[in-house]
Amino acid sequence: MGPLGISGEIGEAAVTALRLLWSADPELLAIVALSLEVSLAATALAAMLGLPLGALLALARFPGRGALVLLVNAGMGLPPVVVGLLVYLLLSRSGPLGDHGLLFTPTAMVIAQTILVTPIVAALARQAVTDLLEDYREHLASLGLRPLAAVPVLLVDARYRLATACLAGFGRAAAEVGAILIVGGNIRGHTRTMTTAIALETSKGALEQALALGFVLILVVLAVNLAAAGLQRMARRIEG
Amino acid sequence: MIGRLAAAPGPEPAPLLPLEVEGLVVELGGKRLLDGLSFTLRPRRCTLILGPNGAGKSLLLRVLHGLVPPSRGRLRWAEPDPARRRLAQAFVFQKPVLLRRSVRGDLTVALAARGVLRRERRARIAEALALVGLEGFEGRAARSLSGGEQQRLALARAWALRPQLLLLDEPTASLDPAATRMVEAIVRDLAGRGVTIVMSTHDLGQARRLAEDVLFLHAGRLVEASEAAAFFARPSSREAGAFLAGELLA
Repeated sequence: MGPLGISGEIGEAAVTALRLLWSADPELLAIVALSLEVSLAATALAAMLGLPLGALLALARFPGRGALVLLVNAGMGLPPVVVGLLVYLLLSRSGPLGDHGLLFTPTAMVIAQTILVTPIVAALARQAVTDLLEDYREHLASLGLRPLAAVPVLLVDARYRLATACLAGFGRAAAEVGAILIVGGNIRGHTRTMTTAIALETSKGALEQALALGFVLILVVLAVNLAAAGLQRMARRIEG
Repeated sequence: MIGRLAAAPGPEPAPLLPLEVEGLVVELGGKRLLDGLSFTLRPRRCTLILGPNGAGKSLLLRVLHGLVPPSRGRLRWAEPDPARRRLAQAFVFQKPVLLRRSVRGDLTVALAARGVLRRERRARIAEALALVGLEGFEGRAARSLSGGEQQRLALARAWALRPQLLLLDEPTASLDPAATRMVEAIVRDLAGRGVTIVMSTHDLGQARRLAEDVLFLHAGRLVEASEAAAFFARPSSREAGAFLAGELLA
């Protein structure tokens, strides 16, 4: 097949993809909705865990802190398939959490993505609060604010960077396929998301469906980036 | 002076000053950065700390403010309670540290930290901003202001805390001449309101304009402590003479 053939096929697929999107194909919409639900839930959980953890690592001094910082930073690069495998082992029938019957459910996917996203949120939050503390340290000491009392001031003033950290986490979750494929199983109508569906449809040669989902996924990623850029613009106005 | 303060009507705070410094030594990282300083800080005076770069001016201010602990020596304040001493002081940094919020938000954090009641804050903020010529700036982002405006805001914040002692670390070092003159006018205004001023500078002209007392530091040692007129007319040390002649790097 020559290059013309490929581009023709992609062109056809794109047209079909747009038609699917335009007609609001229910299966496609369900897949998109589940993807967003899982990634948003994982990001929310990761924010609840990662933001306080990041602030703690920036502000508190305790034995083992250095090792924990190292661990969190390394955690940003966790291979999704390995996380998927570990969560699979945890949740499988013979695993320590096997009794809950969570394997191949959206909950399992949320758990896996939370593990992937939490280190990203925590590491970025730690850096944001550390930088801010560096800047504010003498002023806060001059005001007589102890580090603990200064926490609300620091968190409010780091708000744009903390929000950006969460967006980065969501971006990672939304685009991730390895972990949720393993623990979700890509079950039609149950655990099929944009990324797992793209992987499947492509391997089946059903390029229209794959491309349609690809377009939506790119739109989501674009929206995340737009939001991040907007946050940065707002931050520059406030932060000078 | 102290007697008059203590006798003043109303809830006048206990006097912070005079401060007697005896044999102050600060060593950091095995280096002696302040070496046996002894002097007295009198209330309601404008004292300028002079000296070339690296003399220890900024460090001395930080020790006075309690940001850096002395390695040896004593600081004997009229106010014995360290917490109250902190409440009676404010610090203005060379590079103003402003929060990532509005002007009002920045001032509010400072006032809240010092325990100023919520209902008093608005009036304090308005009055402090008026003093430095930043009326109507409440809603502006603090860090979006120009360099001179930012330093004036830092002065407004310091004054809003009603300090007895205001410490300023080269507040005009990165400002243009016009902004420098405005800052100097505000410092003079605050001195006129009875605030004790201790300010470091390497700008001799500024020292001549503002100083009543001079502390001249060189390489971590206090070489001269005298009234400004005497210091500028007849410096008694070789180092101060060289500094005034512009032969020591300022």
